[in-house]
Amino acid sequence: MNRTSSANSESQSSDKAMIEIIDVHKWFGDFHVLQGINLTVHKGERFVICGPSGSGKSTLIRCINRLEEHQRGRIIVDGIELINNIKNIEKVRMEVGMVFQHFNLFPHLTIIENLTLGPIWVRKVPKAEAEENAMYILEKVHIAEQAQKYPGQLSGGQQQRVAIARSLCMNPKVMLFDEPTSALDPEMIKEVLDVMIELAQEGMTMIVVSHEMGFAKSVAHRVLFMDYGKIVEGNTPEEFFENPQHERTKLFLSQILH
Amino acid sequence: MEETIQKTQTEKIKPPVVSIGIIGWVKANLFNGWFNSALTIVTLYLLWKTIPPLFRWAFIDSVWRTTGAACRDTGGACWSIVTENLRFILFGFFPYELQWRPLLAMFILFALLFFSRGRKYWKKLLGYAWIAGLFIMGLLMKGGLFGLIPVESTQWGGLPLTLLLSVFGLTAAYPLGVFLALGRQSNMRAIKLICIVYIELIRGVPLISLLFMASIIFPLFLPEGLTINKILRAQVAIILFTAAYIAEVVRGGLQGMSLGQYEAAESLGLNYYLTMRLVILPQALKIVIPPTVSILISAFKDTSLVVIIALYDLLKTTQTVLSNPEWMGFSKEVYLFVAILYFLGCFSMSNFSRKLEKELSRGD
Repeated sequence: MNRTSSANSESQSSDKAMIEIIDVHKWFGDFHVLQGINLTVHKGERFVICGPSGSGKSTLIRCINRLEEHQRGRIIVDGIELINNIKNIEKVRMEVGMVFQHFNLFPHLTIIENLTLGPIWVRKVPKAEAEENAMYILEKVHIAEQAQKYPGQLSGGQQQRVAIARSLCMNPKVMLFDEPTSALDPEMIKEVLDVMIELAQEGMTMIVVSHEMGFAKSVAHRVLFMDYGKIVEGNTPEEFFENPQHERTKLFLSQILH
Repeated sequence: MEETIQKTQTEKIKPPVVSIGIIGWVKANLFNGWFNSALTIVTLYLLWKTIPPLFRWAFIDSVWRTTGAACRDTGGACWSIVTENLRFILFGFFPYELQWRPLLAMFILFALLFFSRGRKYWKKLLGYAWIAGLFIMGLLMKGGLFGLIPVESTQWGGLPLTLLLSVFGLTAAYPLGVFLALGRQSNMRAIKLICIVYIELIRGVPLISLLFMASIIFPLFLPEGLTINKILRAQVAIILFTAAYIAEVVRGGLQGMSLGQYEAAESLGLNYYLTMRLVILPQALKIVIPPTVSILISAFKDTSLVVIIALYDLLKTTQTVLSNPEWMGFSKEVYLFVAILYFLGCFSMSNFSRKLEKELSRGD
């Protein structure tokens, strides 16, 4: 069960493995935070990872774009292996979008400047074209009227939607979400989840660390449960919620679903 | 009853009369309580005792265009020391009939600084104007081209020298300081070590000793016959000194940045250089504008220390005037004049920084 491949997933759009994680280990000092993770994500698949805090789920997805360095095993993203080569890492980061818990927008730039920074400087897109594309994506996250404002002038939900838009502007092949709604006030969670659901419906490959079980039920192909640095269990949402296999999963679900 | 309640709700309630207007202000700020009232009265008495005599000394009894001997007969300020020696104070030993050249150079510098004051003027054209301006200023000072009589740099002095040392010193020290700060944060051990050693060494010695080393010890290491311009050596010492201080201030700004900013920039695929240039430095440098300007202001004033290596900057030319028997003893007046010049320089710097801060804080 440790190898959570989903080759038999029903809405398979392609056989190409987008992300391959093979026996990955990581330590923070003496703390063994990832203990042999195996995971394959195909193009168009959407994974939701849940688990108690300290279980290593954030560390895992941060390894996928090398914000954290794994110490053993292999991570291959879109055919590029993450090794200690800055060119490789930058190539992977161009293809992998990341959305953070605390948004991490650039406060000194306007929304439109936040969105066009990556395309202009990394992808070398002409400014006018980058801005046109940014406006199109801002429309998609329903926030186009805020383009000239600064992040500090927006609500948390709006900021997170801008952060999603900023990643989308790089035209990524995979989107990683690290607890995207955890820092939001309750009334703002829905607007962010709605944007993520729309993104899912367009067929984006997504890995989402979240405890939003409603979101998991409606769009995930697979839900993974992590604990103590291991993937304990992974299954389709129906099976995962109706029929959890492990005691720890049952306990966790009972705690968050009441 | 109901009516009155409605009335008070709809009508705007005005503040009580005592707390507005001049009387209200005086009462609230100067005479609230017996202690403050006593303080106010004592202060007023002291002002009355000092301001009118000072005014009388500076403006009524003062003389403006006389000889030194005539000055001694009046009880007021002898501003003649400034007016009669103005050209020497400002230009030092620069050949008398050529002093229009440093004057023109200063005007060009002031014009350039004036047009650089707002961010909306920071365009390519201004950059070209600076390059052309620097070239023309250098030409005016040094001569030797286009029929201008050459003037040795040993004859430079006064205000142009002070401005030269400060403007170049500060503009070169700032980027150097930023690089040092980045170097000190670097993951590369060797670079980090070099930067730390440099910063700590420079901060560990006073500017005077650096200037001494630059002017006396450094030439000993040069091969026979090779000399490096004294002004240039002082300039380099000032740059190296100021940069070390700026580096530490900038490092403080860098440490104030959250890790999330680095991660967001990296996950967009920005490399180290772009991350620093587009995301980190614009924010970090903005945070440290106030302490940076403090350093720049004190560096501007510290340029007066070059007197100890016998450069005739503004302060030294002033002292030279005072050593003339005719003008001996009028130090109050002439130092006041120099103080005003320095104050104008420092005040415009802090003014500029305040404006810049305001412009840059739109995002907050």
